[in-house]
Amino acid sequence: MAHYEAPIREPLILGDKTYHDISNDIAAPIEGKANKWWWGVFTLALICFLWGVGAIIYTIGTGIGVWGLNNKINWAWDITNFVWWVGIGHAGTLISAVLLLFRQKWRMGINRSAEAMTIFAVVQAGLFPLIHMGRIWNGYWVMPIPNQFGSLWANFNSPLLWDVFAISTYLSVSLVFWYTGLLPDFAMIRDRATKPFQKKIYSLLSFGWTGRAKDWQRFEEVSLVLAGLATPLVLSVHTIVSFDFATSVIPGWHSTVYPPYFVAGAVFSGFAMVQTLLIVMRKVSNMEAYITRVHIENMNKVILVTGGIVMVAYLSEFFVGWYSGSLYEDFTYLSVGAATGPYWWAFWALILCNGVFPQLLWFKKLRTNYTVSFIMSIIINIGMWFERFDIIVINLSRGHLPSSWTMFEPTFVDIGIYVGTIGFFFVLFLLYARTFPVVAQAEVKSILKSSGENYKKHHH
Amino acid sequence: MSNKVIQAMYDDDDVLIKAVKETRAAHHHIEEVYTPFPVHGLDRAMGLEDTRIAITAFMYGLVGLSFAVWMLNYMMIQDWPQNIGGKPSFSFHENMPAFVPIMFEMTVFFAAHLMVITFYMRSKIWPFQKASNPDPRTTDDKFVMEVAIHGNEDELTSFLKETGAIEIKVADKHE
Repeated sequence: MAHYEAPIREPLILGDKTYHDISNDIAAPIEGKANKWWWGVFTLALICFLWGVGAIIYTIGTGIGVWGLNNKINWAWDITNFVWWVGIGHAGTLISAVLLLFRQKWRMGINRSAEAMTIFAVVQAGLFPLIHMGRIWNGYWVMPIPNQFGSLWANFNSPLLWDVFAISTYLSVSLVFWYTGLLPDFAMIRDRATKPFQKKIYSLLSFGWTGRAKDWQRFEEVSLVLAGLATPLVLSVHTIVSFDFATSVIPGWHSTVYPPYFVAGAVFSGFAMVQTLLIVMRKVSNMEAYITRVHIENMNKVILVTGGIVMVAYLSEFFVGWYSGSLYEDFTYLSVGAATGPYWWAFWALILCNGVFPQLLWFKKLRTNYTVSFIMSIIINIGMWFERFDIIVINLSRGHLPSSWTMFEPTFVDIGIYVGTIGFFFVLFLLYARTFPVVAQAEVKSILKSSGENYKKHHH
Repeated sequence: MSNKVIQAMYDDDDVLIKAVKETRAAHHHIEEVYTPFPVHGLDRAMGLEDTRIAITAFMYGLVGLSFAVWMLNYMMIQDWPQNIGGKPSFSFHENMPAFVPIMFEMTVFFAAHLMVITFYMRSKIWPFQKASNPDPRTTDDKFVMEVAIHGNEDELTSFLKETGAIEIKVADKHE
């Protein structure tokens, strides 16, 4: 049987679906009207976003002095948020690219939304280095162009410039990967649209996709090659983000374990954010048949593995810091000094949220439970924010010179910009959920006969 | 040669594949097949040649890598060498380790974008392009096979009915 799949594999599409049912289900949120919940959350997100816009305008108009930064702690919430958002972005690429290379069929129910999340998260991340420049109107100086006096170029030895190239490559490649996958689904919406305006919009968005056999052949090849390119790309992005710290000489930053540990942490936090979004979306957009308990459980398993890698990295950092016997190492973010010092609460927030609570996912009962998974995803998002906060603020707060030891106090502007990016992220995601096919329906149709519940039943 | 085609619609991918194989075995010329999702084995069944788009990606990647090497060498070594943190800037190979991230990113950037542009150009998909699928249902749940007519319309119609087509239409060939 061509569509045979081992019965031990749980179905990925629940219920008695036909191809046409899949089209109907995926098109329903686009063709239907938003409910009160959508409008409520959207309004809240929009208010947060506008608050953030105000805080950003105030920052640019007045200067970086409106943040809580001081002479010693010259990076704080801004770079914390930057790394946090970039890290969150990594899950989308991991799902769509790495799981494609490993031929994991369960990626098909969630890849579209995970990639959308990636793009929206990287957009938030990109905002922080830009506004942290202070003089944002000089932002184009990071491009490889000579200065106004002739030919002094950007410094290609700097990890910060590597970041510019890594993040912009990552954002643009993720975008075309996502968009190419969307073409057949936009075409499906286009061909069933009854309202003229809707038809026009989706005709434009679908680029005239028709589904010729040759196009599908190229489509699959392009997806495979893009996955092959995106896999090392996604690893390189957070590796390069970690270079921002690892190539410096600050105790606690200057560490060779950073690249793999940052990548694992990024996937860990990214999957948590995918859980947060999809556990809600599957209910609100009626995608329960496509985003199932199997998907949630598999993502929890990835969280468990990457969380384990992160925990091992913490322990090795902690141990090596202590074993070195160096006084300076006792003030790094993973040390007895940090655990008992003035930032003890940030230290323990990190350990509890990233190290202790996620271990509950070893229990099948808990990792297959939607509510537990949702709460866990929020905990991990918080924990991973603290990880970056700890790396940046705890390490900078205790330098070589005790007389300059200090603490960081965020101002309302710091908080405003952070909350603003969360608002912006949800504004984008909520708009996406109402106008885009949130499940890659063409791909899901291609596995219906092998992984659909009714087909699996009939074959045995 | 006539520019008329017969369009046979199917409602199942397995029936379609079988029909494609039978049509080819009967020496009828398949002009095109439209499907709502990638049907595995369809390109083989139709006798389509493998796509060479992955090879173009490799070549575009080489272009990106070469461009990065040229750019870095010109900006950092030739035009205005800078002493930054004492990193050696006298020759490309001494400074090269610091350039690896940029070289990698530009390889990926060129390979990915130029390959996707090539795909869009070759498959004629771009903004404002009009869709030319014969029936709107081919993006939903129906499959259409177009077979060239050489004055054998009736024979073809009954042949395609035999293969399990649910609807048969004769149309002028677009393009």
